[in-house]
Amino acid sequence: MSELGDVRRTTSELAWHDRWDHILARWGVNRSGHRVTPGLYALGHPTPDSHVFVTANYTLSFDALRSSLAGVDGYILVLDTKGINVWCAAGKGTFGTDELVGRVASTGLPEVVAHRKLILPQLGAPGVVAHEVRRRSGFAVEYGPVRAADLPQYLETGRATPEMRRVRFGLRDRAALIPVELVHILLPMALAAILLWLLATPLAALGAVTALLAGVVLFPLLLPWLPTQQFSSKGFILGGVMAAAFAVLVFVQGSDLALWRRVGWALAYLLAMPPMTAYLALNFTGSTTFTSRTGVRREMSTYIRPMALTFGLGIVFTLASTIVQWIGR
Amino acid sequence: MDVEIVAPCCGSTCACTAQTVIVGTDLNTLTYDSGLCVNCEMCLAVCPHGVFEAGPRAVQLAHPECCMECGACERNCPTGAVQVDSGVGCAAAMIRAALTGSKEATCGPSDGACCG
Repeated sequence: MSELGDVRRTTSELAWHDRWDHILARWGVNRSGHRVTPGLYALGHPTPDSHVFVTANYTLSFDALRSSLAGVDGYILVLDTKGINVWCAAGKGTFGTDELVGRVASTGLPEVVAHRKLILPQLGAPGVVAHEVRRRSGFAVEYGPVRAADLPQYLETGRATPEMRRVRFGLRDRAALIPVELVHILLPMALAAILLWLLATPLAALGAVTALLAGVVLFPLLLPWLPTQQFSSKGFILGGVMAAAFAVLVFVQGSDLALWRRVGWALAYLLAMPPMTAYLALNFTGSTTFTSRTGVRREMSTYIRPMALTFGLGIVFTLASTIVQWIGR
Repeated sequence: MDVEIVAPCCGSTCACTAQTVIVGTDLNTLTYDSGLCVNCEMCLAVCPHGVFEAGPRAVQLAHPECCMECGACERNCPTGAVQVDSGVGCAAAMIRAALTGSKEATCGPSDGACCG
């Protein structure tokens, strides 16, 4: 045991309350409260020659690491990233050189292990200057695989395959992001739906809900199959398809309405819905790990104004159609 | 996608036979100067999108179009051969920065900004 800090114990098993914590985290409940106390942890029965793995103090990060190390005796050095995951913390600098060097010192790690090697998750690299950590702490930084699940093979072979070093964004990864995005739009969506239901038509309320859900649920799922490269244009297309369905419904369903009034409603859907989906799609760029800042800037400068314009026009047509409806009663 | 060669090596009196060429694309801010590369292959290890590939004397820029500007390569390059403008690439943070008039988009509860 080091004199400078306490070494806590941990295991590679996840209990039901860990899994419940993960569910809450995925749904955005108490977002920055899913924390582990920073410091040094002993996994299994480590010796001075055991590996040191570094992670963030976000429960999902810590749990992903330790649950992948079943049967391994080692140390886990937990950095204080304010409960934020490795990638985001690295981008902000909290999973960074200073915190790492400081934590090595404050836990007395040099007295605990005989070697001078730290295994870091690859996605911590944007925040860590490996050669500077070495210079300041004496510890060499080795970047392990992106996914903790690849650690057993990495430890066995001593190297990471190119595939282990790639970040993928498959269907499951995209789907995992849906709950937190959904929770964010629930209130605005409910308000819009109630407002439209009471003042306009039930179909208008459904249109708003459809456009929003398409952006938050459908878009992440269908992302790679939607045409065009940019998220905003993909979102416009997805929203456009939804809006077209509503426009068709207006003509089919409202046969008692005068043609010009049906055209008015159809235009309201066609103009208001796509930009809503497109805006949510644009925001999804922040949840991915392959859109670049330059690319997002370009996308914004291209699409923000068309989004605002078409949405504005859509609101105008919605208002006009609603007013005409009220006058007619 | 244009590969822009910015500056050829001067190579007048030095014995170096490798040409220094800075390459990049207009898709993003990533640039790579092979003349400064010491082949430590750290960029290869840290890049999440396989932008770099191993080479005989220096690392090669294989897929610059895949770069997401995370900055891991620049940060871990000991010689500064790789440069990129990294920062928060989240649309919501950029919009917030534009609306509040602040320069740089940030994340985190302490800044009063977006993601927790």
